[in-house]
Parts: sequence; C-alpha cells; structure tokens
Amino acid sequence: MGFFDGFGRLAQVSPDGTVELRLGAAERELLANLVPQLRALLVDEAGDAESGPTDPMLTRLFPSAHPDDPEEDGAYRSLVHDDLLAARLSNLDVVEQTLQSSTLDPGQVGIWMRTVNELRLVLGTKLDVSEDDELVAVDDDRAPIYAAYAWLGVLLEELVRAASALPPAPTTHDL
Amino acid sequence: MAAPVLPRSTRTHPVPGPRLSAPVETPLEAPVEVEEPTDDTNVDVEKDEPWIVLVWNDPINLMSYVTFVLQKLFGYSLEKATELMLDVHQKGRAVVSTGSKEKAELDVFRLHEHGLWATMQQD
Repeated sequence: MGFFDGFGRLAQVSPDGTVELRLGAAERELLANLVPQLRALLVDEAGDAESGPTDPMLTRLFPSAHPDDPEEDGAYRSLVHDDLLAARLSNLDVVEQTLQSSTLDPGQVGIWMRTVNELRLVLGTKLDVSEDDELVAVDDDRAPIYAAYAWLGVLLEELVRAASALPPAPTTHDL
Repeated sequence: MAAPVLPRSTRTHPVPGPRLSAPVETPLEAPVEVEEPTDDTNVDVEKDEPWIVLVWNDPINLMSYVTFVLQKLFGYSLEKATELMLDVHQKGRAVVSTGSKEKAELDVFRLHEHGLWATMQQD
C-alpha cells in the first residue's frame, strides 16, 4: 500500500473485511450528541399507526406509501409503523454501542449508514434544505446545524464508499 | 432538536458530496398520476402484477447512498442502480420494482426503512 492510501479517509476497508472508522473525539462527540436526540424525537413524536409522526421533522422517516389514497395509506401505516420505529430505535442502540469503536463489521456499517442518513433527513427537514447548495453564513442561527448536516453528508459518503468496497454480502436483506 | 455540538476537528469538509438535487418542479408534492399513451389496446393487465414502486427525488438523500441502497435491496448491478438513481435525479422519479401488491408493499417498506422516499401505485 502506498503512503497516501486511505489518507484523510473517515472509513477505510481493512484486509480482514471490517471497516476502520477514523473519527476523532470531537466527531464521535457530535454523534453522541445527535443520536440520543433522534431517539427522544422518535420516542416522543413518532406518533402511532393511525396518525403518523406528530413532529414534521419526522415526516421523511415515516413517509406516505399511498399519498393519493388515505385509506390505503392508513392500512400501510398500520402495517409498518411499529416495525419501522423499532428498527430505527434498534439501529440507534447499535450506533451508540459502537460509537467509540475503531472498526465496524459489515452489518454495523449498514446500520451506521441508515442512521447517519436518518440524522440527515431530520436535520435537512429542519433546515428546509432546498435543491441547490445554499451556503449558510457563519453568524446565521442555523449555521451549527448546517455544519453538522454537511459533515454527516461527508461521513455518509465515506461509509457508502467503504461499504461498496466490501466483499459482497451473502444475503441482500440487510445492508 | 437542540443545536448540536460541532466537531472541533481540524478535518473540515466544506460541503457534502453530490446530492440528489435535480430541478424538479414540485419534488415534495404528492405524486401525480401520469397519463400513459393509450395505443396499447392489446395489453392485458395481469391481476397479480399491477403495482409499481416509485422512488422520488428529494434534496437530502445522497446520490451515492441511493445507488447503494438500490443495489443492495434489489440486486441491481451498479450500472442499473446508477441509471435508476439518475432517473430519480433528473426526471424526479423512477420505477424501481413491480409486482403484486404484497411485494410492492414489502419493497416500499424496505425503501422506507433505508430512508428513501418511495410510494406505490397501480400501473
């Protein structure tokens, strides 16, 4: 391997088929700050099968499957709401348990990807992110959230890149 | 959600990578029925296969992540998954699977589980 192989990477595939997680203390601290907030939001605001999420920030995590048909949509929600919520909470537990890890196994990489994406969906919804990159001024009230949102995008790109370099998984059910 | 703690790391990345950000008219509105050409008079709609699963463009999901999820969930090649992702990106949506109502429901659920914006409708 050349000297610069993997230089500057946040996630790098190791020869043993795991992914090395190269995050600094402050980056892990950011995640340690965000994950419990997402859990609290999910527990308090995910709503029930009939109503869907009560907080608009969660709209993207519990989307409509039949936007033109409220009856069908209600049936879909009642079918999946609890499973979606349970899966998300379980993923948050895994991320929290591996927050200080230096390596992730392929299953954990998939869970991290889904969770980082969910944090982006929630923060992006809160920021009302639009189609084009809009740079937020540093003295804007939203700047800290935007910075976190942007960094989570970098982390997700890195995780996708690493996961794509992993050997194919035996099943396609889980990432 | 309270303001997050910012990373103090010197490893700064000014902007995220490419995003699904095609200029689609009303990307967050409810899907609209599209009139299909009606010259297919000899098409028998199979009772078992009338549902399509659509993925919609949104300004948050990363292009690389959408491509990766489509590969993993449906077993598509990188080329096919990239083509579908670009359809979502450029045309606003793409049909990613078809089948019975039960299959479509499961596919939508798996896509929702992975944070993609998916809906289903009868073709």
